[in-house]
Amino acid sequence: MDILSQQLFNGLTIGSVYSLVALGLTLVYGILHIPNFAHGAMYMLGAYVTLTMMLLWGIHYWLAMAVSVLVVGLLSVLMERLVFHPLRNAPPIHDKIAAIGILLFLEALAQLIWGADYRSMGTPYGEVINLFGLTVTMQRVLINVGAVVVMLLLYLFLKKTMVGSTIIAMAQNREGAHLVGINTNKVAMLTFLISGGLAAIAASLAAPINLVFPGMGHLVILKAFVIIILGGMGSIPGAILGGYILGFSESLGATYLSNDYKDIIAFLLLVIILSFRPKGLFAREGF
Amino acid sequence: MAALVNRRTVISGFILLALVFPFLTKNSYVLHILTLAFIWMIAVYGLNLLAGYTGYLSLAHAGFFAIGAYSLGILTVKVGMNYWLAFLSSLIITCILGLLIGLIALRTKEHFFAIYTLCVGYIIYLVIDKWDGLTGGVRGLIGIPVPAGVGPLSFEEPQSQYYLILFFLLLTVLMVYRIVHSLSGRTFIAIRNSEELAKTLGIATMKNKLMVFVLSTLFAGLAGVLYASFIRFIGPDIGYITITFDLLMYLLVGGIGTLAGPIVGTILIVWVSQSLQFLQDFRMLIFGPLLTLLIIFYPRGIIGAFYEWKIKRQEKKRMRALIKKHKDAEFSDANSVPDKKVKEG
Repeated sequence: MDILSQQLFNGLTIGSVYSLVALGLTLVYGILHIPNFAHGAMYMLGAYVTLTMMLLWGIHYWLAMAVSVLVVGLLSVLMERLVFHPLRNAPPIHDKIAAIGILLFLEALAQLIWGADYRSMGTPYGEVINLFGLTVTMQRVLINVGAVVVMLLLYLFLKKTMVGSTIIAMAQNREGAHLVGINTNKVAMLTFLISGGLAAIAASLAAPINLVFPGMGHLVILKAFVIIILGGMGSIPGAILGGYILGFSESLGATYLSNDYKDIIAFLLLVIILSFRPKGLFAREGF
Repeated sequence: MAALVNRRTVISGFILLALVFPFLTKNSYVLHILTLAFIWMIAVYGLNLLAGYTGYLSLAHAGFFAIGAYSLGILTVKVGMNYWLAFLSSLIITCILGLLIGLIALRTKEHFFAIYTLCVGYIIYLVIDKWDGLTGGVRGLIGIPVPAGVGPLSFEEPQSQYYLILFFLLLTVLMVYRIVHSLSGRTFIAIRNSEELAKTLGIATMKNKLMVFVLSTLFAGLAGVLYASFIRFIGPDIGYITITFDLLMYLLVGGIGTLAGPIVGTILIVWVSQSLQFLQDFRMLIFGPLLTLLIIFYPRGIIGAFYEWKIKRQEKKRMRALIKKHKDAEFSDANSVPDKKVKEG
């Protein structure tokens, strides 16, 4: 029982990170219908920027994360302007290949700047606490709380503000949004900004319990794709739900099935789902 | 001049050059790299059939490459099967797995297909990496035999291996050429351009897609088999996603959906990588943006850009001829009119 609840908490933690990454991916997919393979590189950069800020300039963890959000968000916008915007009318295969090109570039760049070593990130919240009978580090609690706060803020932004509504409008119907006077260019840039920011937050939260290295985005982005297919591409609640489902199944699978094959669970899940529902589990348009 | 550089002479010229190449260079390293490039080309042709002609971007290609290589490795090293029997069995194994995966994967479309195959590729890699008993895990398989001799031919020497792999490459190109120019090839292109329309015209899209998927895995498997017996050591890395990206880059630089693209792209990138060896892990700093820029400005690669240029030139020539004819006609029947303005064509 003790192991079970410990593993459930682990699943919740992993799920929070997955959900945040998948949210950024699903937002971009909803707006532009691009599967952004470069999102994993954004996640990786987010961790590195936070790490550098903390080590080099000795900034506090939260401040470093804010800088990281800004840097990665702006980089995302730049990517949209330089690459995805010129390709908006191209066949869908082109977006994917362009995104792969960016991914390869950013990974090599990270390796050039920071080296290929695995590095660990310190955190001011390393102390172990007792939470309802569970022994956990403060950082893990922080991941869960942080993720929920970010999701709530995102929800309020999308539903309660005018700017947020434009994103939803564009996801629902691009032409329609254009007709009622929404500047689709601006909305696309804003979406990329949010998406990059979410990746940076997820990476900065998760980095202290994982390691930081140039290839750290690979598995995460693959799993995020699994999640948004699980939850319906472009759907926000789907991404959150899918993230937690995957987090739980992985942590439970690692304990009760095989630790070696725990990474395969996500992909098997996807293969099974797509075998029966080629368009995803909850396929529907928009939000 | 134009008659001299027609397609047939160019192709025969290249084949001749490939045939005499081992006599031109005494540098065994260059020969090794070129042979390896030939192997990649075979795999790229497989990718080209699927992604270039049918429009389905499969990111599991390196996985099938690894399946071919590991099948041969396991059958020869662990089972001790006769080489050519193992060779054939490996191709059959790859095709059967390709058929099974294709049956499910091809139900999905576009992004879903890309993501699905990406995950399939990752599963193949993970299985190879973790299944210690069968594949040797991270240690890989060592001591894979060179191709067994056929009659008086033996394939112990690098030169003879070069010719063997060249033979398979030419066979691949010929097959792809025949396929692309057959009714099936047209069908694939029809599916790429609009699957709905193809279906409406009465094309059995699923059957054709499955055929091209299996063919593409066959070429990937063939390349893998040749790789295993050429390098004689295989590790799980050959199934990793970076190999797929490499193959994709060769295809895109050369020209996706063109016949000569895989050859041009592979030779060029392999050659450039060799001369940029000091960059090693950082070569993607150049190739990554290259890939992105290429897809924005020259989506059909070098060969596509070349054809575009040729067509434009021909068009210009024709226009010029037309203008000239027009002018001549005007001059002849309006010679007496002074201050005649020349009209633009």
